[in-house]
Amino acid sequence: MSNQTRFQAFLSEAGELSRFAARFFAQCFRPRYEVSEFIRQCYIIGYQSLPLVGLTGFIMGLVLTLQLRPSMVDYGVESQLPAIVGIAIVREIGPVITALIFAGKIGSSIGAELGSMKVTEQIDAMEVSGTNPFKYLVVTRVMAAVCMLPILSVLSDAISLYGAYLGVNVRGATSFHLFWVEVIDSLAFNDVLPAFIKTFFFGFAVGIIGCFKGYNSKKGTEGVGHSANSAVVLSSVVIFILDLLAVQITDLLGFN
Amino acid sequence: MTPSESVMKISHLYKSFGNNHVLIDFNFELYKGENVVVLGKSGSGKSVLIKCIIGLLKPDEGTIDVFDQCINDMDDTELDKIRAKVGFLFQSNALYDSMTVRENLEFPLRRHWIEVSQEEVNNMVMEALEDVGLAHTIDMMPIELSGGMRKRIALARTLILKPDIILYDEPTTGLDSITGSEIISLMIEIKKKYNTSSLIISHDMNCVRRASDRVVVLYDGTCYAAGTYAELQHHTDPKVKQFFEQEFKQ
Ligand SMILES: Nc1ncnc2c1ncn2[C@@H]1O[C@H](COP(=O)(O)OP(=O)(O)O)[C@@H](O)[C@H]1O
Ligand SMILES: [Mg+2]
Repeated sequence: MSNQTRFQAFLSEAGELSRFAARFFAQCFRPRYEVSEFIRQCYIIGYQSLPLVGLTGFIMGLVLTLQLRPSMVDYGVESQLPAIVGIAIVREIGPVITALIFAGKIGSSIGAELGSMKVTEQIDAMEVSGTNPFKYLVVTRVMAAVCMLPILSVLSDAISLYGAYLGVNVRGATSFHLFWVEVIDSLAFNDVLPAFIKTFFFGFAVGIIGCFKGYNSKKGTEGVGHSANSAVVLSSVVIFILDLLAVQITDLLGFN
Repeated sequence: MTPSESVMKISHLYKSFGNNHVLIDFNFELYKGENVVVLGKSGSGKSVLIKCIIGLLKPDEGTIDVFDQCINDMDDTELDKIRAKVGFLFQSNALYDSMTVRENLEFPLRRHWIEVSQEEVNNMVMEALEDVGLAHTIDMMPIELSGGMRKRIALARTLILKPDIILYDEPTTGLDSITGSEIISLMIEIKKKYNTSSLIISHDMNCVRRASDRVVVLYDGTCYAAGTYAELQHHTDPKVKQFFEQEFKQ
Protein backbone atom coordinates (compact mmCIF):
# COMPACT_ATOMS: atom_id res chain seq x y z
CA MET A 1 0.00 0.00 0.00
CA SER A 2 1.36 3.40 -0.91
CA ASN A 3 1.53 6.14 1.68
CA GLN A 4 -1.26 8.01 0.05
CA THR A 5 -3.74 5.14 0.08
CA ARG A 6 -2.71 4.32 3.62
CA PHE A 7 -3.46 7.89 4.63
CA GLN A 8 -6.81 7.72 2.86
CA ALA A 9 -7.63 4.48 4.62
CA PHE A 10 -6.76 6.12 7.93
CA LEU A 11 -9.01 9.08 7.19
CA SER A 12 -11.91 6.95 6.12
CA GLU A 13 -11.55 4.81 9.22
CA ALA A 14 -11.51 7.92 11.39
CA GLY A 15 -14.61 9.17 9.61
CA GLU A 16 -16.43 5.92 10.13
CA LEU A 17 -15.48 5.80 13.77
CA SER A 18 -16.87 9.32 14.24
CA ARG A 19 -20.09 8.33 12.51
CA PHE A 20 -20.30 5.30 14.77
CA ALA A 21 -19.83 7.51 17.82
CA ALA A 22 -22.46 9.94 16.54
CA ARG A 23 -24.85 7.01 16.13
CA PHE A 24 -24.13 6.07 19.72
CA PHE A 25 -25.13 9.51 20.98
CA ALA A 26 -28.22 9.52 18.80
CA GLN A 27 -29.40 6.16 20.14
CA CYS A 28 -28.22 6.51 23.69
CA PHE A 29 -30.98 8.71 25.07
CA ARG A 30 -33.89 7.32 23.09
CA PRO A 31 -36.05 4.49 24.44
CA ARG A 32 -36.20 1.54 24.59
CA TYR A 33 -33.58 1.41 27.35
CA GLU A 34 -31.87 -1.94 27.77
CA VAL A 35 -31.46 -1.63 31.52
CA SER A 36 -30.98 -5.27 32.46
CA GLU A 37 -28.39 -5.81 29.74
CA PHE A 38 -26.61 -2.65 30.91
CA ILE A 39 -26.43 -3.97 34.46
CA ARG A 40 -25.18 -7.34 33.23
CA GLN A 41 -22.46 -5.55 31.25
CA CYS A 42 -21.47 -3.45 34.27
CA TYR A 43 -20.96 -6.68 36.19
CA ILE A 44 -18.86 -8.21 33.40
CA ILE A 45 -16.93 -5.09 32.46
CA GLY A 46 -16.51 -3.65 35.93
CA TYR A 47 -16.65 -6.27 38.63
CA GLN A 48 -14.85 -8.97 36.70
CA SER A 49 -11.98 -6.63 35.83
CA LEU A 50 -11.38 -5.74 39.44
CA PRO A 51 -8.87 -8.49 40.35
CA LEU A 52 -6.67 -7.72 37.35
CA VAL A 53 -6.81 -3.97 37.81
CA GLY A 54 -6.19 -4.36 41.55
CA LEU A 55 -3.18 -6.61 41.06
CA THR A 56 -1.51 -4.41 38.46
CA GLY A 57 -2.27 -1.31 40.52
CA PHE A 58 -0.73 -2.84 43.62
CA ILE A 59 2.43 -3.85 41.79
CA MET A 60 2.73 -0.45 40.09
CA GLY A 61 2.51 1.39 43.40
CA LEU A 62 5.01 -0.89 45.07
CA VAL A 63 7.52 -0.92 42.22
CA LEU A 64 7.30 2.81 41.60
CA THR A 65 8.15 3.49 45.22
CA LEU A 66 11.01 1.02 45.32
CA GLN A 67 12.45 2.51 42.15
CA LEU A 68 12.18 6.09 43.34
CA ARG A 69 13.55 5.45 46.78
CA PRO A 70 17.31 5.34 46.04
CA SER A 71 17.33 8.67 44.18
CA MET A 72 15.19 10.27 46.86
CA VAL A 73 17.65 9.03 49.47
CA ASP A 74 20.55 10.41 47.40
CA TYR A 75 18.94 13.84 47.29
CA GLY A 76 18.13 13.60 50.95
CA VAL A 77 14.40 14.03 50.42
CA GLU A 78 13.32 10.58 51.47
CA SER A 79 10.61 12.05 53.63
CA GLN A 80 8.95 13.42 50.51
CA LEU A 81 8.48 9.94 49.09
CA PRO A 82 4.79 9.53 50.04
CA ALA A 83 3.91 12.90 48.55
CA ILE A 84 5.74 12.30 45.26
CA VAL A 85 4.38 8.80 44.84
CA GLY A 86 0.88 9.94 45.75
CA ILE A 87 0.88 12.65 43.13
CA ALA A 88 2.35 10.41 40.46
CA ILE A 89 -0.20 7.69 41.09
CA VAL A 90 -3.29 9.83 41.39
CA ARG A 91 -2.56 12.25 38.58
CA GLU A 92 -1.10 10.00 35.95
CA ILE A 93 -0.12 6.44 36.61
CA GLY A 94 -3.32 5.19 38.22
CA PRO A 95 -5.73 6.40 35.53
CA VAL A 96 -3.49 5.61 32.57
CA ILE A 97 -2.33 2.17 33.66
CA THR A 98 -5.86 1.21 34.65
CA ALA A 99 -7.16 2.40 31.30
CA LEU A 100 -4.50 0.46 29.42
CA ILE A 101 -5.19 -2.73 31.34
CA PHE A 102 -8.87 -2.10 30.77
CA ALA A 103 -8.25 -1.66 27.04
CA GLY A 104 -6.37 -4.94 26.95
CA LYS A 105 -9.03 -6.87 28.80
CA ILE A 106 -12.31 -5.21 27.86
CA GLY A 107 -11.46 -3.71 24.46
CA SER A 108 -10.32 -7.05 23.12
CA SER A 109 -13.20 -9.01 24.62
CA ILE A 110 -15.80 -6.59 23.25
CA GLY A 111 -14.08 -6.63 19.85
CA ALA A 112 -13.96 -10.41 19.75
CA GLU A 113 -17.44 -10.92 21.12
CA LEU A 114 -19.20 -8.52 18.76
CA GLY A 115 -16.96 -9.66 15.91
CA SER A 116 -17.96 -13.27 16.30
CA MET A 117 -21.59 -12.26 16.73
CA LYS A 118 -21.31 -10.36 13.49
CA VAL A 119 -19.75 -13.13 11.41
CA THR A 120 -22.11 -15.81 12.74
CA GLU A 121 -25.09 -13.57 11.92
CA GLN A 122 -26.13 -13.25 15.58
CA ILE A 123 -26.42 -9.50 15.15
CA ASP A 124 -28.76 -9.98 12.19
CA ALA A 125 -30.71 -12.53 14.25
CA MET A 126 -31.22 -9.93 16.98
CA GLU A 127 -32.42 -7.43 14.47
CA VAL A 128 -35.11 -9.77 13.15
CA SER A 129 -36.08 -10.63 16.73
CA GLY A 130 -37.50 -7.21 17.47
CA THR A 131 -34.30 -5.84 18.95
CA ASN A 132 -32.19 -2.91 17.91
CA PRO A 133 -28.78 -4.60 18.07
CA PHE A 134 -26.98 -1.27 18.24
CA LYS A 135 -28.84 -0.37 21.43
CA TYR A 136 -28.72 -3.83 22.89
CA LEU A 137 -25.06 -4.51 22.20
CA VAL A 138 -23.22 -1.25 21.60
CA VAL A 139 -24.99 1.32 23.79
CA THR A 140 -25.03 -0.97 26.83
CA ARG A 141 -21.35 -1.87 26.53
CA VAL A 142 -20.12 1.66 25.92
CA MET A 143 -22.21 3.01 28.80
CA ALA A 144 -20.94 0.27 31.08
CA ALA A 145 -17.34 1.06 30.11
CA VAL A 146 -17.90 4.78 30.73
CA CYS A 147 -19.40 4.12 34.16
CA MET A 148 -17.03 1.38 35.29
CA LEU A 149 -13.59 2.67 34.34
CA PRO A 150 -13.72 5.70 36.69
CA ILE A 151 -14.73 3.44 39.57
CA LEU A 152 -12.03 0.91 38.73
CA SER A 153 -9.54 3.68 38.45
CA VAL A 154 -10.35 5.09 41.90
CA LEU A 155 -10.11 1.62 43.41
CA SER A 156 -6.87 1.02 41.59
CA ASP A 157 -5.47 4.31 42.92
CA ALA A 158 -6.31 3.21 46.44
CA ILE A 159 -4.72 -0.21 46.01
CA SER A 160 -1.69 1.36 44.33
CA LEU A 161 -1.24 3.70 47.24
CA TYR A 162 -1.36 0.76 49.59
CA GLY A 163 1.36 -0.87 47.50
CA ALA A 164 3.30 2.38 47.74
CA TYR A 165 2.90 2.34 51.50
CA LEU A 166 4.44 -1.10 51.64
CA GLY A 167 7.27 0.21 49.46
CA VAL A 168 7.89 3.19 51.72
CA ASN A 169 7.68 0.95 54.70
CA VAL A 170 10.28 -1.65 53.65
CA ARG A 171 12.68 -0.09 56.11
CA GLY A 172 9.86 0.10 58.62
CA ALA A 173 9.98 3.85 59.09
CA THR A 174 6.44 5.15 58.52
CA SER A 175 3.16 4.25 60.08
CA PHE A 176 0.18 3.64 57.83
CA HIS A 177 -1.60 6.61 59.34
CA LEU A 178 1.31 8.95 58.78
CA PHE A 179 1.70 7.77 55.20
CA TRP A 180 -1.94 8.54 54.43
CA VAL A 181 -1.77 11.95 56.06
CA GLU A 182 1.25 12.81 53.95
CA VAL A 183 -0.36 11.59 50.74
CA ILE A 184 -3.66 13.37 51.35
CA ASP A 185 -1.86 16.56 52.37
CA SER A 186 0.13 16.60 49.17
CA LEU A 187 -2.91 16.15 46.97
CA ALA A 188 -4.97 19.13 45.97
CA PHE A 189 -8.39 19.20 44.38
CA ASN A 190 -6.64 20.12 41.12
CA ASP A 191 -4.77 16.85 41.18
CA VAL A 192 -7.78 14.68 41.75
CA LEU A 193 -10.58 16.13 39.67
CA PRO A 194 -9.00 16.32 36.17
CA ALA A 195 -7.54 12.85 36.67
CA PHE A 196 -10.95 11.53 37.58
CA ILE A 197 -12.72 13.25 34.69
CA LYS A 198 -10.34 11.94 32.08
CA THR A 199 -11.13 8.35 33.04
CA PHE A 200 -14.66 8.81 31.71
CA PHE A 201 -13.18 9.65 28.33
CA PHE A 202 -10.79 6.71 28.52
CA GLY A 203 -13.75 4.43 29.26
CA PHE A 204 -15.68 5.86 26.34
CA ALA A 205 -12.72 5.38 24.01
CA VAL A 206 -12.23 1.74 25.01
CA GLY A 207 -15.94 0.95 24.74
CA ILE A 208 -16.65 2.69 21.47
CA ILE A 209 -13.51 1.44 19.71
CA GLY A 210 -14.08 -2.15 20.85
CA CYS A 211 -17.67 -2.02 19.63
CA PHE A 212 -16.72 -0.29 16.38
CA LYS A 213 -14.09 -2.87 15.53
CA GLY A 214 -16.35 -5.79 16.45
CA TYR A 215 -19.45 -4.44 14.78
CA ASN A 216 -17.60 -3.90 11.52
CA SER A 217 -15.75 -7.17 11.63
CA LYS A 218 -14.94 -8.85 8.35
CA LYS A 219 -16.15 -12.33 7.56
CA GLY A 220 -14.27 -15.30 8.91
CA THR A 221 -12.40 -16.17 12.09
CA GLU A 222 -9.44 -14.14 10.89
CA GLY A 223 -11.68 -11.08 10.86
CA VAL A 224 -12.65 -11.66 14.49
CA GLY A 225 -9.03 -11.94 15.61
CA HIS A 226 -8.19 -8.81 13.70
CA SER A 227 -11.08 -6.93 15.34
CA ALA A 228 -9.97 -7.89 18.83
CA ASN A 229 -6.36 -7.04 18.11
CA SER A 230 -6.94 -3.71 16.43
CA ALA A 231 -9.44 -2.73 19.15
CA VAL A 232 -6.69 -3.01 21.76
CA VAL A 233 -4.04 -1.29 19.68
CA LEU A 234 -6.23 1.62 18.65
CA SER A 235 -7.79 2.18 22.06
CA SER A 236 -4.37 2.13 23.75
CA VAL A 237 -3.06 4.76 21.35
CA VAL A 238 -6.20 6.84 21.79
CA ILE A 239 -5.80 6.67 25.58
CA PHE A 240 -2.36 8.26 25.28
CA ILE A 241 -3.63 10.90 22.89
CA LEU A 242 -6.52 11.73 25.22
CA ASP A 243 -4.10 11.90 28.10
CA LEU A 244 -2.00 14.40 26.20
CA LEU A 245 -5.08 16.46 25.38
CA ALA A 246 -6.27 16.29 28.97
CA VAL A 247 -3.04 17.73 30.28
CA GLN A 248 -3.19 20.58 27.77
CA ILE A 249 -6.79 21.37 28.60
CA THR A 250 -6.32 21.35 32.36
CA ASP A 251 -3.34 23.62 31.78
CA LEU A 252 -5.40 26.04 29.73
CA LEU A 253 -8.15 26.05 32.35
CA GLY A 254 -5.54 26.89 34.97
CA PHE A 255 -6.07 23.70 36.92
CA ASN A 256 -2.41 23.12 37.61
CA MET B 1 -51.44 -27.52 -5.42
CA THR B 2 -53.71 -24.68 -6.45
CA PRO B 3 -52.12 -21.31 -5.91
CA SER B 4 -54.21 -19.43 -3.40
CA GLU B 5 -53.64 -16.17 -1.63
CA SER B 6 -50.30 -14.44 -2.20
CA VAL B 7 -48.29 -13.84 0.97
CA MET B 8 -45.23 -12.23 -0.53
CA LYS B 9 -44.53 -10.46 -3.77
CA ILE B 10 -41.22 -9.17 -5.07
CA SER B 11 -41.27 -6.93 -8.11
CA HIS B 12 -38.34 -5.66 -10.14
CA LEU B 13 -35.83 -6.01 -7.33
CA TYR B 14 -32.34 -4.57 -7.90
CA LYS B 15 -29.48 -4.72 -5.45
CA SER B 16 -25.80 -3.91 -6.02
CA PHE B 17 -22.75 -3.54 -3.85
CA GLY B 18 -20.61 -1.00 -5.66
CA ASN B 19 -20.00 -2.46 -9.10
CA ASN B 20 -21.16 -5.90 -8.06
CA HIS B 21 -24.70 -6.13 -9.42
CA VAL B 22 -26.11 -8.97 -7.38
CA LEU B 23 -29.83 -8.83 -8.13
CA ILE B 24 -31.08 -7.52 -11.45
CA ASP B 25 -34.82 -7.25 -11.99
CA PHE B 26 -35.81 -10.16 -9.80
CA ASN B 27 -39.52 -11.00 -9.71
CA PHE B 28 -41.16 -13.55 -7.51
CA GLU B 29 -44.40 -14.39 -5.75
CA LEU B 30 -45.01 -16.76 -2.84
CA TYR B 31 -48.46 -18.22 -2.13
CA LYS B 32 -49.97 -19.45 1.08
CA GLY B 33 -49.01 -22.97 2.06
CA GLU B 34 -46.35 -23.62 -0.57
CA ASN B 35 -42.66 -24.39 -0.30
CA VAL B 36 -40.59 -22.67 -2.93
CA VAL B 37 -36.92 -23.42 -3.39
CA VAL B 38 -34.63 -20.78 -4.82
CA LEU B 39 -31.81 -22.62 -6.51
CA GLY B 40 -28.58 -20.86 -7.28
CA LYS B 41 -24.83 -21.23 -7.22
CA SER B 42 -22.81 -20.05 -4.30
CA GLY B 43 -22.34 -16.28 -4.48
CA SER B 44 -25.30 -15.80 -6.80
CA GLY B 45 -27.09 -13.54 -4.33
CA LYS B 46 -29.47 -15.93 -2.60
CA SER B 47 -28.69 -14.67 0.89
CA VAL B 48 -28.88 -11.09 -0.33
CA LEU B 49 -32.35 -11.84 -1.67
CA ILE B 50 -33.77 -13.11 1.62
CA LYS B 51 -32.02 -10.45 3.63
CA CYS B 52 -33.84 -7.90 1.49
CA ILE B 53 -37.14 -9.66 2.22
CA ILE B 54 -36.68 -9.41 5.98
CA GLY B 55 -35.41 -5.83 5.80
CA LEU B 56 -31.80 -6.52 6.79
CA LEU B 57 -30.69 -5.06 3.47
CA LYS B 58 -32.37 -2.24 1.61
CA PRO B 59 -33.03 -2.89 -2.07
CA ASP B 60 -31.78 -0.28 -4.54
CA GLU B 61 -34.94 -0.47 -6.59
CA GLY B 62 -38.11 -2.48 -6.74
CA THR B 63 -40.75 -3.33 -4.19
CA ILE B 64 -41.22 -6.12 -1.70
CA ASP B 65 -44.70 -6.72 -0.33
CA VAL B 66 -45.22 -9.04 2.59
CA PHE B 67 -48.87 -9.70 3.47
CA ASP B 68 -49.81 -6.96 1.00
CA GLN B 69 -47.78 -4.38 2.86
CA CYS B 70 -44.81 -2.79 1.16
CA ILE B 71 -41.79 -3.13 3.45
CA ASN B 72 -39.51 -0.77 1.54
CA ASP B 73 -40.24 2.40 3.46
CA MET B 74 -41.25 0.94 6.77
CA ASP B 75 -39.81 2.28 10.01
CA ASP B 76 -38.45 -0.08 12.66
CA THR B 77 -41.72 -0.47 14.56
CA GLU B 78 -43.66 -1.45 11.46
CA LEU B 79 -40.88 -3.74 10.30
CA ASP B 80 -40.85 -5.48 13.67
CA LYS B 81 -44.54 -6.32 13.26
CA ILE B 82 -43.82 -7.99 9.93
CA ARG B 83 -40.72 -9.70 11.29
CA ALA B 84 -42.76 -11.27 14.09
CA LYS B 85 -44.69 -13.13 11.40
CA VAL B 86 -41.74 -14.07 9.21
CA GLY B 87 -39.28 -16.61 10.55
CA PHE B 88 -35.67 -16.62 9.38
CA LEU B 89 -33.37 -19.61 9.69
CA PHE B 90 -29.82 -18.35 9.25
CA GLN B 91 -27.23 -20.27 7.33
CA SER B 92 -24.87 -20.16 10.30
CA ASN B 93 -27.77 -20.79 12.74
CA ALA B 94 -26.96 -17.56 14.58
CA LEU B 95 -27.62 -19.08 17.99
CA TYR B 96 -26.56 -16.68 20.75
CA ASP B 97 -23.59 -18.50 22.15
CA SER B 98 -23.59 -16.70 25.48
CA MET B 99 -27.12 -17.92 26.21
CA THR B 100 -28.61 -21.33 27.00
CA VAL B 101 -31.02 -23.02 24.62
CA ARG B 102 -33.93 -21.83 26.75
CA GLU B 103 -32.71 -18.22 26.69
CA ASN B 104 -32.14 -18.44 22.95
CA LEU B 105 -35.74 -19.47 22.42
CA GLU B 106 -37.12 -16.95 24.88
CA PHE B 107 -35.28 -14.06 23.26
CA PRO B 108 -37.57 -13.46 20.25
CA LEU B 109 -40.66 -14.10 22.38
CA ARG B 110 -39.79 -11.59 25.04
CA ARG B 111 -38.62 -9.08 22.49
CA HIS B 112 -41.58 -9.20 20.13
CA TRP B 113 -44.37 -9.79 22.63
CA ILE B 114 -43.59 -7.73 25.62
CA GLU B 115 -46.64 -8.75 27.62
CA VAL B 116 -46.44 -12.48 27.97
CA SER B 117 -46.46 -14.41 31.22
CA GLN B 118 -43.60 -16.65 32.30
CA GLU B 119 -45.89 -19.66 32.17
CA GLU B 120 -46.87 -19.01 28.57
CA VAL B 121 -43.22 -18.51 27.68
CA ASN B 122 -42.29 -21.84 29.25
CA ASN B 123 -45.06 -23.63 27.41
CA MET B 124 -44.11 -22.15 24.08
CA VAL B 125 -40.45 -22.95 24.56
CA MET B 126 -41.29 -26.57 25.37
CA GLU B 127 -43.66 -26.85 22.42
CA ALA B 128 -41.07 -25.52 19.98
CA LEU B 129 -38.39 -27.83 21.37
CA GLU B 130 -40.72 -30.81 21.13
CA ASP B 131 -41.46 -29.92 17.52
CA VAL B 132 -37.79 -30.40 16.73
CA GLY B 133 -37.39 -33.35 19.12
CA LEU B 134 -34.83 -31.76 21.43
CA ALA B 135 -36.72 -31.06 24.65
CA HIS B 136 -33.87 -32.51 26.72
CA THR B 137 -31.36 -29.88 25.59
CA ILE B 138 -33.24 -26.99 27.18
CA ASP B 139 -30.54 -26.07 29.69
CA MET B 140 -27.53 -26.73 27.48
CA MET B 141 -25.33 -24.15 25.79
CA PRO B 142 -25.23 -24.07 21.97
CA ILE B 143 -21.54 -25.00 22.04
CA GLU B 144 -22.39 -28.37 23.61
CA LEU B 145 -24.62 -29.37 20.69
CA SER B 146 -23.76 -31.05 17.41
CA GLY B 147 -24.20 -29.25 14.09
CA GLY B 148 -27.50 -30.95 13.36
CA MET B 149 -28.84 -30.24 16.83
CA ARG B 150 -27.86 -26.61 16.53
CA LYS B 151 -29.73 -26.37 13.26
CA ARG B 152 -32.80 -27.85 14.97
CA ILE B 153 -32.57 -25.43 17.89
CA ALA B 154 -32.25 -22.56 15.44
CA LEU B 155 -35.35 -23.90 13.71
CA ALA B 156 -37.17 -24.12 17.05
CA ARG B 157 -36.26 -20.49 17.71
CA THR B 158 -37.68 -19.59 14.32
CA LEU B 159 -40.88 -21.55 15.02
CA ILE B 160 -41.54 -20.16 18.44
CA LEU B 161 -43.42 -17.12 17.17
CA LYS B 162 -45.60 -19.33 14.94
CA PRO B 163 -44.57 -17.53 11.75
CA ASP B 164 -46.73 -17.55 8.63
CA ILE B 165 -43.70 -17.48 6.37
CA ILE B 166 -40.35 -19.14 7.02
CA LEU B 167 -37.22 -18.18 5.12
CA TYR B 168 -34.58 -20.89 5.16
CA ASP B 169 -31.03 -19.91 4.20
CA GLU B 170 -29.26 -23.08 3.04
CA PRO B 171 -30.73 -25.30 5.77
CA THR B 172 -28.70 -28.38 4.85
CA THR B 173 -25.36 -26.82 3.95
CA GLY B 174 -22.56 -27.96 6.23
CA LEU B 175 -24.46 -30.98 7.53
CA ASP B 176 -23.79 -34.60 6.58
CA SER B 177 -26.36 -36.06 4.20
CA ILE B 178 -28.24 -38.05 6.85
CA THR B 179 -28.59 -35.11 9.20
CA GLY B 180 -29.48 -32.95 6.21
CA SER B 181 -32.23 -35.40 5.32
CA GLU B 182 -33.60 -35.21 8.84
CA ILE B 183 -33.74 -31.44 8.63
CA ILE B 184 -35.59 -31.68 5.33
CA SER B 185 -38.13 -34.09 6.86
CA LEU B 186 -38.58 -31.68 9.72
CA MET B 187 -39.21 -28.81 7.31
CA ILE B 188 -41.86 -30.85 5.53
CA GLU B 189 -43.52 -31.80 8.83
CA ILE B 190 -43.57 -28.22 10.00
CA LYS B 191 -45.19 -27.08 6.81
CA LYS B 192 -47.94 -29.70 7.24
CA LYS B 193 -48.47 -28.95 10.90
CA TYR B 194 -48.64 -25.16 10.76
CA ASN B 195 -49.53 -24.61 7.09
CA THR B 196 -46.67 -22.15 6.68
CA SER B 197 -45.33 -20.88 3.39
CA SER B 198 -41.59 -21.25 3.00
CA LEU B 199 -38.90 -19.83 0.84
CA ILE B 200 -35.99 -22.21 0.91
CA ILE B 201 -32.61 -21.28 -0.42
CA SER B 202 -30.51 -24.19 -1.40
CA HIS B 203 -28.20 -25.84 -3.85
CA ASP B 204 -28.73 -29.24 -2.30
CA MET B 205 -30.69 -31.19 -4.93
CA ASN B 206 -31.95 -33.66 -2.36
CA CYS B 207 -33.56 -30.79 -0.52
CA VAL B 208 -34.95 -29.38 -3.76
CA ARG B 209 -36.51 -32.66 -4.77
CA ARG B 210 -38.10 -33.46 -1.44
CA ALA B 211 -39.13 -30.11 -0.07
CA SER B 212 -40.17 -28.07 -3.07
CA ASP B 213 -43.60 -27.47 -4.50
CA ARG B 214 -42.00 -25.11 -6.95
CA VAL B 215 -38.43 -24.23 -7.92
CA VAL B 216 -37.00 -20.91 -9.02
CA VAL B 217 -33.56 -20.79 -10.57
CA LEU B 218 -31.59 -17.68 -9.65
CA TYR B 219 -28.99 -17.00 -12.30
CA ASP B 220 -27.25 -13.74 -13.21
CA GLY B 221 -29.25 -11.95 -10.56
CA THR B 222 -32.58 -12.70 -12.07
CA CYS B 223 -35.28 -15.33 -11.98
CA TYR B 224 -33.94 -17.41 -14.83
CA ALA B 225 -36.38 -20.33 -14.84
CA ALA B 226 -39.27 -21.54 -12.72
CA GLY B 227 -41.39 -24.64 -12.46
CA THR B 228 -41.83 -27.81 -10.47
CA TYR B 229 -38.90 -30.11 -9.86
CA ALA B 230 -40.20 -32.55 -12.50
CA GLU B 231 -40.55 -29.79 -15.09
CA LEU B 232 -37.09 -28.37 -14.56
CA GLN B 233 -35.43 -31.77 -14.44
CA HIS B 234 -35.90 -32.16 -18.17
CA HIS B 235 -35.14 -28.55 -19.02
CA THR B 236 -32.86 -28.22 -22.02
CA ASP B 237 -31.13 -24.95 -21.10
CA PRO B 238 -27.57 -25.78 -19.95
CA LYS B 239 -27.69 -23.20 -17.15
CA VAL B 240 -30.65 -24.99 -15.63
CA LYS B 241 -29.44 -28.43 -16.52
CA GLN B 242 -26.17 -28.06 -14.64
CA PHE B 243 -27.94 -28.13 -11.27
CA PHE B 244 -29.75 -31.34 -12.09
CA GLU B 245 -26.80 -33.06 -13.70
CA GLN B 246 -24.70 -32.40 -10.65
CA GLU B 247 -27.02 -34.61 -8.64
CA PHE B 248 -26.34 -37.70 -10.70
CA LYS B 249 -22.60 -37.15 -10.51
CA GLN B 250 -22.66 -37.28 -6.74
N1 LIG C 1 -22.88 -6.75 2.84
C1 LIG C 1 -22.29 -6.95 1.65
N2 LIG C 1 -21.42 -6.04 1.16
C2 LIG C 1 -20.84 -6.22 -0.05
N3 LIG C 1 -21.04 -7.27 -0.84
C3 LIG C 1 -21.89 -8.23 -0.41
C4 LIG C 1 -22.56 -8.11 0.86
N4 LIG C 1 -23.34 -9.20 1.01
C5 LIG C 1 -23.17 -9.95 -0.10
N5 LIG C 1 -22.30 -9.37 -0.96
C6 LIG C 1 -21.92 -9.90 -2.27
O1 LIG C 1 -23.08 -10.33 -2.93
C7 LIG C 1 -22.84 -11.52 -3.63
C8 LIG C 1 -23.87 -12.56 -3.27
O2 LIG C 1 -23.70 -12.95 -1.94
P1 LIG C 1 -24.66 -13.99 -1.21
O3 LIG C 1 -26.07 -13.55 -1.36
O4 LIG C 1 -24.17 -14.13 0.18
O5 LIG C 1 -24.42 -15.34 -2.00
P2 LIG C 1 -25.11 -16.74 -1.79
O6 LIG C 1 -25.96 -16.95 -3.00
O7 LIG C 1 -24.00 -17.73 -1.73
O8 LIG C 1 -25.89 -16.68 -0.52
C9 LIG C 1 -21.42 -11.93 -3.33
O9 LIG C 1 -20.65 -11.59 -4.45
C10 LIG C 1 -21.04 -11.11 -2.13
O10 LIG C 1 -19.69 -10.76 -2.21
MG1 LIG D 1 -25.66 -17.51 1.35
